[in-house]
Amino acid sequence: MATTVLFFIFAGIAIACAVSTVYQRNPLYSAISLVGVFLSLSGIYVTLAAPFIAAVQVLIYAGAIMVLVVFVIMLLNFDDEPGRNRLKYLYVMGIGLGVLLLGQTFYIYSAVMRVPNVAIEQTKTAGKTLSIGQGMYTEYLLPVEIVGIMLLMAIIGAVILVRRLNQPQLELVVENELEDERLEEGMLN
Amino acid sequence: MEPSLASYLALSGILFTIGAVGVTFKRNAIGMFMCIELMLNAVNLTFVAFARYYGDVTGQLFVFMVMSVAAAEAAVGLGIIIAFFRNKESVDVDDASLMRN
Repeated sequence: MATTVLFFIFAGIAIACAVSTVYQRNPLYSAISLVGVFLSLSGIYVTLAAPFIAAVQVLIYAGAIMVLVVFVIMLLNFDDEPGRNRLKYLYVMGIGLGVLLLGQTFYIYSAVMRVPNVAIEQTKTAGKTLSIGQGMYTEYLLPVEIVGIMLLMAIIGAVILVRRLNQPQLELVVENELEDERLEEGMLN
Repeated sequence: MEPSLASYLALSGILFTIGAVGVTFKRNAIGMFMCIELMLNAVNLTFVAFARYYGDVTGQLFVFMVMSVAAAEAAVGLGIIIAFFRNKESVDVDDASLMRN
């Protein structure tokens, strides 16, 4: 019973904050509403017996990613979104897409409701950090390694994207690399 | 008594819809980015709900992967936004309609 009450409270907060994220014109207010969505989703994960995911949600999403977003908003210091008066067909498309997705949601809701209620498999270990770690380093080792490489690529890509180099500096970098190669060859010889 | 699987799926669907509508409505690149994060979170919720109702930990592992992808996306996406702002002095996606410059 307590789980149901908590679910509806957190679901209400999440939906309200999500609407506010889309509605606010000031990106900073949007970002803070999004933090509300993340925190209430983390509460919902706790009701789903997933404490590890809830903690990671707060750490990574509400902590790291949103700090990065707020940092960029502060750094760029641009104006509020101007009035929404261009590209009328986009709004028609957006509302059509919204109605379609909502209809799909209610179809899924009714279809799942019609299925006889599945008893929850009460395994004691599912969701515990131990079982997640065991799965991560035995059965799913390869995907975890691939994710590590992907994060490294993202870091390098972000550094290269925001590095500001003009043409002479670029040539200097190339010359330095050529010189390093020559030095290495000299050492080999 | 626990809420049924269907109610979690309904919440996830509603959040996904709000995110998708937000991506079409927003003209600000950072606003669109935040709506995409919202959609990713909606999908994460279905993963965790199914993991709960099947008593399997795989769904939660996938949530972990999705979070890593979101972190990488944040790094690269915000890098692109900063690079774009340097060139055009704006983050309006309507200004990004040219392939040169």
